[in-house]
Amino acid sequence: MLHTLSIGELGKSLKSGQISSVELTRHFLSRIERLNPALNALTTLTAEQALAQAAAADARIAAGVQGPLLGIPLIHKDIFCTDGVRTSCGSRMLDNFIAPYDATVVARLKAAGAVMLGKANMDEFAMGSSNETSFYGPVRNPWDTAKVPGGSSGGSAAATAARLAPFATGTDTGGSIRQPAALTGVTGLKPTYGRVSRYGMIAFASSLDQAGVFARSAADAALVLQAMAGFDPKDSTSVDTPVPDYPAALDGALDGLKIGLLREFFEGLEARNSALIHDALKIYRSLGATTVEVSLPHLPLSVPTYYVVAPAECSSNLSRFDGVRFGHRCENPADLMDLYKRSRGEGFGAEVKRRIMTGTYVLSAGYFDAYYLKAQKVRRLITDDFRAAFARVDLLIGPTTPTPAFAIGAKIDDPVTMYLNDIYTIGANLAGLPGVSLPCGFVEGLPMGLQLIGPHFSEAKLLNAAHRFQESTDWHRRAPRGYD
Amino acid sequence: MADWEVVIGLEIHAQLATKSKIFSGSATAYGAPPNTQANLVDLAYPGVLPVLNAEAVRMAVKFGLAIGASVARRSVFARKNYFYPDLPKGYQISQYELPVVKQGKLAVMLDDGAVKTVGITRAHLEEDAGKSLHEGLVHASGIDLNRAGTPLLEIVSEPDMRSAREAVAYMKKIHTLVRYLEICDGNMQEGSFRCDANVSVRPRGREKFGTRAEIKNLNSFRFVEKAIHFEVARQIELLESGGTVVQETRLYDSDKDETRSMRSKEEANDYRYFPDPDLLPVHIDEAFIDAVRATLPELPDEKAARFARDFGLSAYDAGVLSASRELGAYFEAVVGHLSATHASHGRPGMAAQGLREAGTAERNAAGTTHAKLAANWVMGELSSALNRDNTDITASRVTPAQLSGLLARIVDQTISGKIAKDVFEAMWSEGRSADHIIEASGLKQITDSGAIEAVIDAVIAANPKQLADYRSGKDKLFGFFVGQVMKATGGKANPAQLNELLKAKLGGGPSEPV
Repeated sequence: MLHTLSIGELGKSLKSGQISSVELTRHFLSRIERLNPALNALTTLTAEQALAQAAAADARIAAGVQGPLLGIPLIHKDIFCTDGVRTSCGSRMLDNFIAPYDATVVARLKAAGAVMLGKANMDEFAMGSSNETSFYGPVRNPWDTAKVPGGSSGGSAAATAARLAPFATGTDTGGSIRQPAALTGVTGLKPTYGRVSRYGMIAFASSLDQAGVFARSAADAALVLQAMAGFDPKDSTSVDTPVPDYPAALDGALDGLKIGLLREFFEGLEARNSALIHDALKIYRSLGATTVEVSLPHLPLSVPTYYVVAPAECSSNLSRFDGVRFGHRCENPADLMDLYKRSRGEGFGAEVKRRIMTGTYVLSAGYFDAYYLKAQKVRRLITDDFRAAFARVDLLIGPTTPTPAFAIGAKIDDPVTMYLNDIYTIGANLAGLPGVSLPCGFVEGLPMGLQLIGPHFSEAKLLNAAHRFQESTDWHRRAPRGYD
Repeated sequence: MADWEVVIGLEIHAQLATKSKIFSGSATAYGAPPNTQANLVDLAYPGVLPVLNAEAVRMAVKFGLAIGASVARRSVFARKNYFYPDLPKGYQISQYELPVVKQGKLAVMLDDGAVKTVGITRAHLEEDAGKSLHEGLVHASGIDLNRAGTPLLEIVSEPDMRSAREAVAYMKKIHTLVRYLEICDGNMQEGSFRCDANVSVRPRGREKFGTRAEIKNLNSFRFVEKAIHFEVARQIELLESGGTVVQETRLYDSDKDETRSMRSKEEANDYRYFPDPDLLPVHIDEAFIDAVRATLPELPDEKAARFARDFGLSAYDAGVLSASRELGAYFEAVVGHLSATHASHGRPGMAAQGLREAGTAERNAAGTTHAKLAANWVMGELSSALNRDNTDITASRVTPAQLSGLLARIVDQTISGKIAKDVFEAMWSEGRSADHIIEASGLKQITDSGAIEAVIDAVIAANPKQLADYRSGKDKLFGFFVGQVMKATGGKANPAQLNELLKAKLGGGPSEPV
């Protein structure tokens, strides 16, 4: 079964000529056709273009070109601009927007020969933790279609879990890769802020947004990150530091690895969820790692801090959607103010409006110091907490989410409860740190995730630790029924 | 009736002369068809990001060094948020709390020679907006984003100016400086150099400032002066009739010569400034500053001081001649040619004036004389001709070498200063050298003593009555004889020689100079 193979295995089969990229692409396209209607994981299917790209990849393979992603299908989160293809960002605002250029992430994966099958559904402008805010309707969790897949990269996570593609791209502003990865039982990597270019990735909160990958294993994620990572002169916040060989680092021994148990992440965590993390710790200890409890005193302030910083930036980032140059424009505007008000009023959904209003408020004269400035100070304290922790340990460990996937509709009318779903993931975004979520067991038949957080640019070590864990466990190999 | 004091501060916007925009690779050239110099970044397409143009930073630092300001080791770009169709992102990237240049000052010479020092609070980098076009459109507006993202340096003065005259002198000085530094073309018609004026009045002697009005977008020195005059009169009249000035933004209408309210403080936008997360703070180190310092040209004040010191020019003349790099260069080229000519031609004129081999002091004195002569001609005849034909100094029809060729003929007394003006006009229209025109038109001065004596003799012989009157004490008739000789020679007799010879011929009597 082609869809059960890893990227490495698929690469070998393509290279040996056992299968062609066109066959592989057809296989996944037919799975999408058959399985996606129940999941709503994709907003756009690019079958024709995918088959053309696959044929081109086959020609390159025949010509002796090699590459780990050459001819491998993928799905891009619909936040990445794709030249000539609708890039909706999950919003009515961009329902008609055909991007005129490729995001750097898209261009790099294209250059590596990966084949785009389509675009993944997502929370509108990446604002949400359940993929219920999308203009295109909620994405359903393949483990239980009454449940959410998490968000905002819910479509990418559900598609990866349902084996609709070997991998998918995502973005993580407050947990939008790690949380849905945990809730759908796949491996989700959020790299260090600045590791992967943000150029062409529609901005939500510029100081927090980071592109990353969904795959079924850390080993696959390493191959994808290798192609995505690196300095981009078009993104001033991308960092010009060498990209290590991630796949080569996977097998490193974990002897002497110091893992810090995040005390704050276990306070109030249900016992059966906590037990899964402690099981994982046993495995790490058996692999030679030592574990120690670590406290990050300011970490509990992450959620309120995030919900000041992220809306502030989004309120400004989304000002360009004004109905003037692209995107939704209202019918027959009476004047300029009417054009602005109705285009934006009609184009944006409730959650996006809530965040624009929150962000506008916290930046306003008279409130700026009390909210925005204070939040920046707390952000600094949280970053300092992490730095102090990494002086003692190599990696931090904890749960990715407090609970497994919840029911569609359960939290959508209660923003604060919804926001608290990101309680364990937001800290890494505020501090710009890399994090990975790995399947680590099940609660009531739903997958749970284990989160590893490392110092800046420690992706090689994170993937190494994740890979060694996956060599000792098979949680990541479990497929939802009907998708295996 | 109170005695009112005017208080003015200026915010000058100088468009930096970079080839590409401040945050995108689009060209900045003026006058291209609408939206042909706007790429995806300028159009604020979803997903695009700004990348700072290092050249703009270099230019800002250059300005900072030129006004003795402090160059911030760390400055931050912020977003100024507001909606307008010519602002594609819905925010302008500017510098707010941490500008690149802080605390400089500029000495400004006023018309009466007094020097006023104006404090410069800050100068910061920002991007320009696009333009809204309404002409020829019905029920629609056009947007041209060619200008969107053009780099601007906003230079903010302290409220140090006390009259429209001072404000204009300051603005002119900044205009001179930015062109010296080659960071702005200074073209005011094209909007490359414009300003907002903050104007208030207060009873003389009171420390507290009055409420100010900000007059936006003044794009000529004359408009600045007129707008301030109008605004000052408006505020004084308002206050004297018992009213109060409200803080507001006003527009100057040059057709009606008045300012009118654009929006009050209450209607003002809350710009919600915050640091732009797409751009890293700008870090500037000593090496960068030193490298920029090494590119600084001689500054206007330095050049003026040198002209005054080395050439013995008055402060006013030195100021005028150093008002632009090009004018200063022209003047120096004329002086250079003139001195070179005289070093190689043995200074016939000076020998005639009784100067023997000159010592250093004398040579300097001679150089000073040449420089003053050159200064008078550059500021006089040449400037008039340039103004008359609306020609830039760099395109002058008379080159520095040609002008010095003319001046050399004055110095060596081939022609008089008066005739030289006619020769200059001929040079301007015909484009030929002074010598060619002097030769062709027979304008050469008569310095042959015998020839002058012959004319004197003839004049004396023809005017016996006047001779008798002169000899009997009518001193003023000396001038009559000079005039007659000049008339007879077509104005070409060397005046000094004529004076000497005539005195001797008339015998004794007065020694009134010509």
